[in-house]
Amino acid sequence: MLCKDRALELQRFSKQIQMETVKTIASLGTGHVGGALSISDVLAVLYGNQMQYKPQDPRWDDRDWLVVSKGHAGPAVYATLALKGFFPIEQLQTLNQPGTNLPSHCDSNRTPGIDITTGSLGQGASSAAGVALALKMKKKASNVYLILGDGEIEEGQVWEMALFAAHRKLDNLIAFVDNNHLQIDGTVEEVSSMTDIAEKFASFGWYAQNVCGHSVEEIDAAIDKAKAQNGKPSVIVLDTIKGNGWSKIAGKVGSHSCAVTAEDMKSALAEMQAAYNDIGGAAE
Amino acid sequence: MSIVVCKEFVNESKDMRQGYCEGMMRLAENDPHIIALDADLMTAMGMKPFAEKFPEQTVDCGIQEANMVGVACGMSAAGMIPFAHTFAPFITRRACDQVFMSGAYAKQNVKLVGSDPGITAQLNGGTHMPFEDMGIMRGIPTMTVLEPTDITMLNNLLPQVAQQYGMFYMRLVRKAVKKVYEEGSTFESGKAVQLRDGKDVTIIASGFCVSEALEAAKQLEQDGITARVLDMFTWKPLDEQAILDAVKDTGAIVTAENHNVINGLGSAVSDFVVKHTPVPMEMVGVQDEFGEVGKLDYLAGRFHLKAEDIAAAVHKVVARKQ
Repeated sequence: MLCKDRALELQRFSKQIQMETVKTIASLGTGHVGGALSISDVLAVLYGNQMQYKPQDPRWDDRDWLVVSKGHAGPAVYATLALKGFFPIEQLQTLNQPGTNLPSHCDSNRTPGIDITTGSLGQGASSAAGVALALKMKKKASNVYLILGDGEIEEGQVWEMALFAAHRKLDNLIAFVDNNHLQIDGTVEEVSSMTDIAEKFASFGWYAQNVCGHSVEEIDAAIDKAKAQNGKPSVIVLDTIKGNGWSKIAGKVGSHSCAVTAEDMKSALAEMQAAYNDIGGAAE
Repeated sequence: MSIVVCKEFVNESKDMRQGYCEGMMRLAENDPHIIALDADLMTAMGMKPFAEKFPEQTVDCGIQEANMVGVACGMSAAGMIPFAHTFAPFITRRACDQVFMSGAYAKQNVKLVGSDPGITAQLNGGTHMPFEDMGIMRGIPTMTVLEPTDITMLNNLLPQVAQQYGMFYMRLVRKAVKKVYEEGSTFESGKAVQLRDGKDVTIIASGFCVSEALEAAKQLEQDGITARVLDMFTWKPLDEQAILDAVKDTGAIVTAENHNVINGLGSAVSDFVVKHTPVPMEMVGVQDEFGEVGKLDYLAGRFHLKAEDIAAAVHKVVARKQ
């Protein structure tokens, strides 16, 4: 259980991720902002409290792995990695510029700290399971974390993986579903309802939990419980708001990929900075 | 490369899949990173002895080709050397995007093995008869694309495939093939084998069509035409020097493949030839058709992949040289 100060620290880290994400996308004027902002809290918990990693040695053999299968959330991951020292924070401004190491979708051959290349939805799921299986064969104690989108799990490959990981007892695989309820063409309910996601995974043999995806305490506690499981992969369904932290787009269809003008950036950052200050950020 | 060609071309005494299994077991004995993945076709591929001897290096995913390729890519990222097998149409058509993005684009090290190429799918029929697999794989950057001719070649190539980092696609007949090379022959991925020399035409063949090309060359001698025959078992990267030499020395080319001529070996060779010294060419292969059910000999006739078809194409191309 996180103590109050640690929880506040992670909340502030999450706000910093959001602010850097908005600045990064604004440098280009458009991008996948909604689904990046909705995962800042889980990224803050993973990189701020749970994962083992070495920013100076991104391929460290004993690290925990993160596969962001919703690869379009790259900007939030890049912001997290930069804030943790994997590369200089100024590099964030190169997002999608010619020759950049920070493309829209996560690329393990370009970005220090990105473990698996993703972008075509559903595919990170199987890669994560493959990594988890190989780590077990190599008797590694590391965990593999996987972030899926709620729209993404409409892909059949995810459910092939769900069968496979349970059959193979991959208890070193901890998946999150960013259940932000929106996809490009509308709400997930409207387009292709998933109904009870945790129940679906549970029926495939997974240890499934539902938490508030914007509560660092709940996310952290759920990861602890998932790590304690033996013989079962885990899923943590994060109830989130797409575009969280920026009221102009939060929870709105169309926030998947949208314009972020200089003016937008100013107002989003003001809103995020105020929230940051409210949780003790101003004193930092 | 050191080749001894058989004097006569008869069926191998064992199935190609047995050669594959034995070759994989030799690799696995020496390297715990070698992993055999399958999508419920280990029995069909004769890989049960491998699974029994190396259970820790076996991953039968069940009937889920897309996930199998993705899992293989993840295992590669974590340092393993996965060989993933299913029937050729499923590993190339069905799991194409996984091969592309999780594999090649991500610069992984996965060896894809597709069995029952082209007409060798026989009684499984058109749904399982890939005339497009090599073309699909050839269109993916960095992919090495191979069609081993017989067990001797397969056994010689397997360690090379395992040792060379990168994405490979290898199409393999499961059952008996004509034995072309004597034991002890060695091969180099990317280097064509010259099986015989001639001055009037070069027949560039692969897989099933190699022994047919040799038979055609024999028949053509009676008509006063001498043919060079190349076994172009690597479709990508192509042995460009061998093609240049063929153009220079013989001035005409016939390609022969158990595949659609669109995106196939004929396309690959002509793509290269037209950029250098265009010469008359004919392409023996499937003329943009779907497969159908039948025994091998019937299908070879139905799709015009026999020695007589190659010989007829040679006559056409030689006439065009005048």
